[in-house]
Amino acid sequence: MSQPLYQARIPIHPRSVEGRFRNLKYGILFLAYAVFFLLPWLRWERETGPSQAVLFDIPHRRFYLFDLIVYPQDIFWLAGLLMIAALLLFFVTGLAGRVFCGYFCFQTLWTDVYMFLERRIQGERPARIRLSNQPWNAEKILKLGATHASWLLVAFATGLGFVLYWADAPTMVREFFTGQAAHAAYVTTGLLTLTTYTFAGLAREQVCTYMCPYARFQSVMFDRDTLIVSYDRARGEGMAGRAKPARDLRSRDERQQAGVGDCIDCGYCVQVCPTGIDIRNGLQIECIHCALCIDACDAIMDKQGWPRGLIRYTSENALEGGKTRFLKLKTVGYGTAILIIGTLLVLSVLHRPELDANVSQVRQPLFVQMADGSTQNSYEIALNNKTQRRLDLEIRVVGLEGADLDLGRVEEIVLEPTQRTTVLARVRYHPEPGGSPSRLPLEFEIVEREGLVEPVRVGSQLSLRP
Amino acid sequence: MSTNENPSKKPGEVETTGHVWDANLQEYNNPLPRWWLWGFYATVVFAVVYWILYPAWPVGDTFTKGLNTVTFMEDGEERTMHWNTRALLTHDMQSGKHAVRQREMLERVGEMDYDTILADVDAMSFVNAYAKGSFGTWCAACHQTGGAGVIGLYPNLRNDQWKWGGTVAEIEETLVNGRLGYMPGYRETLNSEQLEQVASYVLSLNNYDMDGDPVAAGAEIFTGHLGGCFQCHGMDAQGLTSQGAPNLSNNLWALVDVPGAADDEERVARVAEFVRDGIQREMPAFADRLSPTEIRVLTAYVHSLGGGQ
Ligand code: SF4
Ligand code: SF4
Repeated sequence: MSQPLYQARIPIHPRSVEGRFRNLKYGILFLAYAVFFLLPWLRWERETGPSQAVLFDIPHRRFYLFDLIVYPQDIFWLAGLLMIAALLLFFVTGLAGRVFCGYFCFQTLWTDVYMFLERRIQGERPARIRLSNQPWNAEKILKLGATHASWLLVAFATGLGFVLYWADAPTMVREFFTGQAAHAAYVTTGLLTLTTYTFAGLAREQVCTYMCPYARFQSVMFDRDTLIVSYDRARGEGMAGRAKPARDLRSRDERQQAGVGDCIDCGYCVQVCPTGIDIRNGLQIECIHCALCIDACDAIMDKQGWPRGLIRYTSENALEGGKTRFLKLKTVGYGTAILIIGTLLVLSVLHRPELDANVSQVRQPLFVQMADGSTQNSYEIALNNKTQRRLDLEIRVVGLEGADLDLGRVEEIVLEPTQRTTVLARVRYHPEPGGSPSRLPLEFEIVEREGLVEPVRVGSQLSLRP
Repeated sequence: MSTNENPSKKPGEVETTGHVWDANLQEYNNPLPRWWLWGFYATVVFAVVYWILYPAWPVGDTFTKGLNTVTFMEDGEERTMHWNTRALLTHDMQSGKHAVRQREMLERVGEMDYDTILADVDAMSFVNAYAKGSFGTWCAACHQTGGAGVIGLYPNLRNDQWKWGGTVAEIEETLVNGRLGYMPGYRETLNSEQLEQVASYVLSLNNYDMDGDPVAAGAEIFTGHLGGCFQCHGMDAQGLTSQGAPNLSNNLWALVDVPGAADDEERVARVAEFVRDGIQREMPAFADRLSPTEIRVLTAYVHSLGGGQ
């Protein structure tokens, strides 16, 4: 075999670039970091419960999101949220390609910060290449050491920042550094420090190209109208290909006469690419659509005084001289689905009953005959107080004339805020002689004695001997 | 990035496997990335660490135990043994969060009196959840999972017919000491006609439309000295809980499958057969098997099934 069996990563040293997309990306990055790191510190007034705006309280099984408290029973909201996320991804990817990868993916965001640190410590691309090629000496040790130290610091902050969402943030930080926090906090922080450092610092673009499944299947969401970061081959190469601005090939007129395209083969677009590819070779799986090459090439075009957009967001159709169609069955379909599910989700959140009642009929046995000739059914009524108030409840049976409710000796059903309990209920009923149906519908009505919450009605049934 | 190409070669010079399909489809023979190789080594290291920590290799008729241990209490003594799921379960039952919480709740309910338990929603909610398990372990074999019993064999605990009484005190007494039920057989005292007469009488008490004559004769036997049934079941057949004698007038049949009979003739035959043979039954005592707390929870549960008094 003429080649090695295993191949080391070829280091990439992207050059920095300025421009519209770079600014947009910094904006998003800033916002994302601000939200991620500061949100757990936001305090929030609640009658009962923690005073943290966003808190995922696993031991008590509830999530606090500002004024919304999410209980395990609301798990289907998560399904709605995931559906919206997936559809949004399909929608956006179909329209504008890998928007998620380029602007919002954690891997992209964190790698961006790591590259920023790297550049501040080691210098611009040529300096970094020199540094990585030079033998080990004090300068190299110092600079690389500082880089990795700064990376580890960000990784640690990320790990700890994540942990703060699961407990009271100020307490957590104090406990963490005095060695009193839960094991899980240290393990999670450690794990996230390690993965952040590895993925954003060491693995970088390899995560996108080798590990990320999304990179592999999003091409199926593309079509000929999808906006992609693309090099305008026709304009850049002309008839005779690209050429450096040598003598007689400086102005655009001279070039066009010589059949040469607008690309001056400066290589800037390749040098800024964080995945190390040459966009002029066409759409590639490694391209995360970060649009930095657009900024790079626009800068070059500006300098030449030529129109921008040699590399730009465009569609295959547009590249071939056609028009990009955005209104298609696919996009409209995804858009409608997102709207419908989104509306349902919002409605469900807004109309969630504050008192959650669930009735399950005891099925073993389904019914039993009593001494007075009546038939008795048993039920377990699970009640969950989702309010911040103490509720004094009363249960009634409605919708079935002559049915008697028996709660044994339980007279008071008081639920503290966010408390849950199960009430055992029995219903007795004298079936009419001569065969009533084997099942009669009935409803349990749960009423708050002081009228603090809306009465809740839950349907069930009464079973009789068939 | 790690390109397709070997850096020493020019692009397009990647080695191929040499196979060509459909004129121009070729398979690249790219080297594996090195991190992938290191990932593989890591799994090997993991396996070795795992062997050292956990039971792994069979050796003759034993096996390597591993260095990891589990500590738990056994008969009041602390015991440490090699890691295994059974020891882990024991450990969990003793010190796991949910086990501890259940134990605390059990203690709390164990200290309440019945009046408090039965009137307290949360105590009853716990009783229902917890006792379902003990009932399944100790009682369901006879009384069935839901407590509905089996006609002719085991009493129904869900209706309000209580041979031995349905107050908490009586239910507890039943659980603690067990019960011995006995009804003598009348094969020597009554002839088959008389047996049928008694049966007709009892059925008439339960609103079955019986002929007048046998019913009157049966009543005579029931309340007179010939049968003497009233001694246990009472003159009006309302039963006597101190004897474990059931009420015979509420149309609830624990031992004779009257509801399952096709017609009056069969009903009479079934009751008559039962009176002829009598019955002796035993409910075992649980005092030496269950703790007082456990009996308390079970009592409250059985009481709550629907027929407690
Ligand atoms: S080719 Fe351009 S858009 Fe794609 S990853 Fe590289 S710099 Fe970003
Ligand atoms: S930055 Fe623009 S001009 Fe320079 S090589 Fe890339 S495509 Fe050509």
